[in-house]
Amino acid sequence: MAFARASLKNLPSFRRGVHPPDAKAATCGRPIEPMPFVSEYVLPLGQSIGAPSAPLVDPGDTVSRGQRIAAPGGFVSVALHAPVKGVVTAIEPRPRAGGQIVPSIVLRADPFSNQMPQLSEPLDLGSMDRDSVVSAVQNAGIVGLGGAAFPSHVKLAIPEEKRVRTVIVNGCECEPYLTCDHRIMVEHPKEVIRGTEILLKISGAEQAFIGVESNKPDAIEALTSVAPDNVRVVPTAVKYPQGGERMLIAAILGPEVGAGGLPLDVEVLVNNVGTAFALTNLFDKGQPLIDRVFTVTGPAIAEPKNLLVPIGTKISDIVEHCGGLLPSAKQVVLGGPMMGLSLSRLDVPLVKGASGLLCLDSVAPSSSEAFACIRCARCVSACPMGLNPSRLTRIAEAGKAEDLPDAHIGSCFECASCSFVCPSGIPLVQWIRIGKTLVAERREEE
Amino acid sequence: MIPRVRENGPQVEAEHASDTLATLEPEKLAITSAPFIHEGSSTTRIMREVLALSLVVVLASWWYFGIAAVLLVAAATAGAVLPELIAGWKDERRSIKDGSAVLTGVLLGLTLPPGLPLWMAFLGGAAGITLGKLLWGGLGNNVFNPALVGRAFLQAAFPTAMTTWSSPSGPVAGGAALAVPSGTLAPPLMQANVDGVSAATPLGLFKRDGTITELLPLLTGNTEGSLGETSALLLLLCGVWLVARRLCDWRLPASTLLTVFLASLALHVIAPGSYPPPLFMLLSGGILFAAVFMVTDPVTTPTTAKGAWIFGIGVGLLVVLIRNHGGLPEGAMYAVLLMNAFVPHIERRTQPRPFGFKAPPSNS
Ligand code: SF4
Ligand code: SF4
Repeated sequence: MAFARASLKNLPSFRRGVHPPDAKAATCGRPIEPMPFVSEYVLPLGQSIGAPSAPLVDPGDTVSRGQRIAAPGGFVSVALHAPVKGVVTAIEPRPRAGGQIVPSIVLRADPFSNQMPQLSEPLDLGSMDRDSVVSAVQNAGIVGLGGAAFPSHVKLAIPEEKRVRTVIVNGCECEPYLTCDHRIMVEHPKEVIRGTEILLKISGAEQAFIGVESNKPDAIEALTSVAPDNVRVVPTAVKYPQGGERMLIAAILGPEVGAGGLPLDVEVLVNNVGTAFALTNLFDKGQPLIDRVFTVTGPAIAEPKNLLVPIGTKISDIVEHCGGLLPSAKQVVLGGPMMGLSLSRLDVPLVKGASGLLCLDSVAPSSSEAFACIRCARCVSACPMGLNPSRLTRIAEAGKAEDLPDAHIGSCFECASCSFVCPSGIPLVQWIRIGKTLVAERREEE
Repeated sequence: MIPRVRENGPQVEAEHASDTLATLEPEKLAITSAPFIHEGSSTTRIMREVLALSLVVVLASWWYFGIAAVLLVAAATAGAVLPELIAGWKDERRSIKDGSAVLTGVLLGLTLPPGLPLWMAFLGGAAGITLGKLLWGGLGNNVFNPALVGRAFLQAAFPTAMTTWSSPSGPVAGGAALAVPSGTLAPPLMQANVDGVSAATPLGLFKRDGTITELLPLLTGNTEGSLGETSALLLLLCGVWLVARRLCDWRLPASTLLTVFLASLALHVIAPGSYPPPLFMLLSGGILFAAVFMVTDPVTTPTTAKGAWIFGIGVGLLVVLIRNHGGLPEGAMYAVLLMNAFVPHIERRTQPRPFGFKAPPSNS
C-alpha cells in the first residue's frame, strides 16, 4: 500500500474524478465460495441491454444445468441458460430489481441432482470465422459482467472496415465495496489471461493491457506472473471512476473517446475481467454463462462473502446464505454504492450484470434535505467527463430541454461523482437523468 | 428458505408459505437513488467553518476597538437574519439552517467603521440580505455579494458615518474591555457623535499627504480602519486556513492579491513619488479582508478555474485603479461588486472542455 501511495502521481489515470473510501477490506481477502443450490430460480427474459430473449421451453419441461432455455430475441440480445437441473414451473411476470414486474422463466431445482453442468464441446477458436465466434458468444449468453450488461458479442462483431489494435481488459473495479473482479484476478489469473488471449485472437489486435487499480497488488502480481509478452498488466491510479471504459482508455492509451463515440473509433476493444473469465469458460470448457461471481458486503450483513452464484438465484436466498441482514440494516443496494440500485424487496433474482449486494446501515442524505447550490464547483472538479453538473441540473430543473444538448448532457454516463461530492446534497445525477428523459421526449415530439 | 433476519431486525414476511418468496417490509428498506455514499462535506459545515474563522477576526477587532466591535457585528447579524427568517418562514425556516445569512451578517459587521451606531449596522444587514440575496431568489441565485451590498447601501445612505474612523481604543490601547461608547448606542435615525478624535485610515493618510504607515501596525492591526480589516497577519492566516481546508478555490484570493501586488509594484517602480509601495498597498485597507472573505464567496464568483483567475485579476486591477485615481481612498468593496456583475459572462466563456471534445463548448 505504501508503494501504491508513493507512486500514485506517476500511475496512469484520467482528469478529475473522486476518491471514495474503497471499503473493500471486508471481502477482498475472502476466497470465492460456491453458493449452494436452492429450490427456485427466476430468470427474467430481459437481463441485458437490448431485446429480451425468447423462451425455448414450456412449463413442465425438464431442463439440465447449462441447457439453453431462451434464444436471443434479436442481434442485440443473448441466450439464457438453465442455471440448474430441474423443471420449468412457470413463465410468468415476476418482480425484478428496480421494482418492475417482468416476464421470467421460473425453475424448480431437482433436489436429487448433483447439479453437474451439462457442457458442450470446447470450441476450437482457430477453425472458426468471426461470424461463428460472434454467434457462439451470443448463444452462450455472455454479457458485460462489470455492471452495464451489454451483450459481449456485439462488441466482437467488428465491422469489416474497422480494425482493433489494442484490447483492454478492465480489472479496475473502482466501485467501492465490490471485490468480485479482484477475487477473479487473484484466484483465476490464468483464465483471465486466457480470456485476454481469446479477445486478442477474435479481434486481431496485437497487444493487450489489463488495467488494475493499484490498490490490488495481489491481483497485479498474480496476473503479471502468468502474462505473456503481448499482455501487459498496468497498475492504474486509485480513483473513481477509473473503471469507466473511456477513463481507462484515456489512462492507458491517451485518446479521449467523446460522447457518441465508441472505443472502436480509437481501435480499442474493452472488456471486463469477469467477461474474459466467462469467455475462457466458453471456449475451453464449453460452459455458457450460468453463474457469476458476486460480492455480498456492507456493514449490515452478518457474513460478507464473495460467492459464485447461479444466475437467477434470489437475493433473499443469497442474504440467507450470508447469515441474514443485521438489525441495523437500512438499505440494500444491488451493485456498487456509486451506480447501484436500491432494492425495495429481496425476492428478486440475481441477473447477469449485478456484481454485488451492499447492505448498508445508514442512508446517504436524501434529496429532501438538499440545500441550495452554493456554486462551490466541487461537482465541476469531480466530473470525469468535464461537464458542469450544477449547470445541467439548473437547466433540467427549469425544464429547458432545448438547452441540454449544448451543455453536453449526452456525455454524462451517470457515474454519480458529482452527487457524491456536492456539499449541498443536491441529487445532481438524478436531475441529469430527468434531463435526459426531457431531451428524449423532445426528440420524439419533433 | 425464508431469509433469516436477526432479532429486532426488519420484519420478514413470507408471501407464499410454501415458497421462497419473501420480502422485507418495504418501509423498512430505504429506496433512494445512487450514489449511496457521500463524501461527507456539507454546506452547513462549510458555512460554520468560515463563520468560526470570521469569529476569530471579531475577537481581534474587540481587542483593538473594544466591545463596540462585537455589538456592531451582532447588530449586523441580527439585521441579516431577520429578513431571512421571515422569508423562509413557510419553508420551515430551512434557508436559515444553511448558516449563510449569519455569515453574511458577521462579514458585513466586520467591514464597518468602529464608531458606527448599532441601528445602522442592523439596517445594513437587513438591506444586504434583502437587496443582495432574497430578491434574487435566495442562496445561490444572487449575483452580488450580499454583505457588500449591505455595505454599499450604508455607504450611500450614511456617507459621513461610514467614513468616520476612530483610532483603536479597545483593550490594546488600555481601554476598557466592555465599555460601550455612547455613539454606538445612538438611537435610530440620529447621526452619531463619534467619540474622541476622528482619525484617518492608513489609505486616507496616504491620499491626504502621502504618509506611509509603518508595516508593523499594519500587520498586527493596531491602526485605524474597519473592524475586521486592520490585522493583516490574522487575515493572511485565515486565508491560508481557507485554502488548506479546501473551503475556497485558492485561485481566487491568490490571483487577487498577486495582481494588487504586481500592479502596484509596476506603478511604484515607474513613479515612486505618486504611487505607494506594493507591500503597503497589499497590507492596508480592506483588500486583504476582501480577498479572504469576499472574493472567496463561491456563490458570487466564477466556478471555473480560468474564470477564477480572471475574476481575481479584475478585482486586483480595479482596487489599484480606484485607490490611486478614484475619489475614495479605498476601492475593495466596489472592485468586488463590479467583478460580481461580470461573473455570469466570465463563467459562460470559461466552461471546461468536455471529455473527448477538442474545444470548450460553444457559448450558450
Ligand atoms: S457541488 Fe453542489 S453546491 Fe457545489 S456547485 Fe455543484 S451543485 Fe452547487
Ligand atoms: S454523473 Fe454525469 S455529470 Fe455527474 S460526474 Fe458523472 S458524468 Fe459527470
